[in-house]
Amino acid sequence: MKQLKLKSLLLHVVVAIAACMTIAPFVWMVSASLTPAGESSVFPPRLLPSETTFEHYHHLFVRLNVGRYFLNSLILAVSVTMISLLVNSMAGFAFAKFAFRGKRHIFAVLVASMIVPGQVTMLPVFLLLNKMGVLNSYLGVILPAMASVFGIFLVRQYLVSVPDSMIEAARIDGAGDFLIYRTIILPLALPVLLTLGLFTFMGTWNDFLWPLIVMTREEMHTLPVALAGLLGEHAQDAELMMAGSVVTIVPVLIVFLALQKYYLQGITVGALKE
Amino acid sequence: MRASRQSILLFLTPALGGMLLFVFMPIAAALLISFTDFDIYSLGYFERTRVIGLDNYVRVFNDPVFWTAVLNTLYFVGVGAPLTIVVGLFAALALNVPALRFKRLFRMAFFLPVVTTLIAVAVVWRYLYHPRYGLINYALISLGIEPVDWLGDPQWAMPALILLAIWKNFGYSMLIFMAGLQAIPPSLYEAARIDGAGWWQQQWYVTIPQLAPTTLFVTVITLIGYFQFFAEPYVMTQGGPLNSTLSVVLYLYQQGFRWWQMGYASAIAFVLFMMFAAISIVQMLIRQRQYGQLI
Repeated sequence: MKQLKLKSLLLHVVVAIAACMTIAPFVWMVSASLTPAGESSVFPPRLLPSETTFEHYHHLFVRLNVGRYFLNSLILAVSVTMISLLVNSMAGFAFAKFAFRGKRHIFAVLVASMIVPGQVTMLPVFLLLNKMGVLNSYLGVILPAMASVFGIFLVRQYLVSVPDSMIEAARIDGAGDFLIYRTIILPLALPVLLTLGLFTFMGTWNDFLWPLIVMTREEMHTLPVALAGLLGEHAQDAELMMAGSVVTIVPVLIVFLALQKYYLQGITVGALKE
Repeated sequence: MRASRQSILLFLTPALGGMLLFVFMPIAAALLISFTDFDIYSLGYFERTRVIGLDNYVRVFNDPVFWTAVLNTLYFVGVGAPLTIVVGLFAALALNVPALRFKRLFRMAFFLPVVTTLIAVAVVWRYLYHPRYGLINYALISLGIEPVDWLGDPQWAMPALILLAIWKNFGYSMLIFMAGLQAIPPSLYEAARIDGAGWWQQQWYVTIPQLAPTTLFVTVITLIGYFQFFAEPYVMTQGGPLNSTLSVVLYLYQQGFRWWQMGYASAIAFVLFMMFAAISIVQMLIRQRQYGQLI
């Protein structure tokens, strides 16, 4: 019994140390962002600021235009989420419930296309967007993100089990398919839409490579792109860079913490389906 | 169930149109471009582009920098992926012990890096790795170990990026493993206990084999993600020092979007695709052998 207690205590200590080490970079990031300029470049490193200052945040928003980048990130993440939810849920519904020729083949081709890495399509999509004249505009990020196989797949799996009779009954009452989709299917699919929306929002917010390619004009940069750019001129200003990292991470963290139930559900769906 | 033609078109056109325009046609276009000398001049005058057959592929295979990038990527994937999976497995096993308290809190702490912005944490780690003022070297010095010039030394730059990747990603495999652990019937552990198996033996003879399908899934997801290794070297080392952290995707980006060698970059992209296809085929073969089914 005593040995069991000792083992349990040891486990708690080990897990607690591991957890502290995991979050240490975040703690240091926040602490350094509140430190007066230059103070985090000393030896031995200071773990807590001698005095708290918000000067770096002030500098970021007032002099370095970070408010604009923040807005770009927010506009893109919200609009990609909304538009792709609409497009993918409509297609997911059709694949789950409508009968049409070649359905299984089309769906199989869609799923198979997931194996092709985004890096293959990156160059032609860039050329296409250039021809369309939407580089350096929000559309340059929104258009290619509109439809996703993962999204269609997730919604389809969720809706397959909805009984046909429910839709038939609404049709007999004279409802068109779009009305049925809007008033019956969307509310039914709400949990999976929350999961998918959360994934899309966070994925778009965190994305780096695509906005880096499409948004070459500075005022169109997203936060991650702007952060990488700032590093070029301000690599010496550790505290300023940490403040920039906080501004980039905190919104996505808040969204995650608020809706983590849906996120965690979604992340295990793929694995358990196996 | 039946649906009118208009309905089907209304519901499918946006998604299938998007896929056609931004996935399927670009795949075909990339293949075509990879057989041409498409470059920055072609952007202005498309007529100038010439078909050069397999020249780009020949060039890829004879390009020493490309091979450096492939070896670096394989190093990153080959060392980083197994470590990430093993750390995730251990975290899942620890959090699965019934006596452990504050489970949700610990799970949250381990998972936090997964959801945060890669670029932002890469910036943070760049400072943690600072040779003079970084916390990591401070920890080493405190333990009496020689400090390391993490990002400046060609030998240490890749291990530094691997450590960052493990920290960033093990929470994901942990979560999937935790879901897999839930599905193992407790009776198996009871039977093992009756046979006198200790904790470690139970994990080895029950947990590991039972988790095989989960492990395959985690492995494939991790491998595919790691092969696309790009943002960490982009902000932390720019592929240096001495190309020691240049990855395939970073090289592709440089060729395509810095030097506008789009024909050449497309050929690199297809070579990357071949690597992905190889992983998927291996995965399918394993599944087929183990469960007698495809996909």
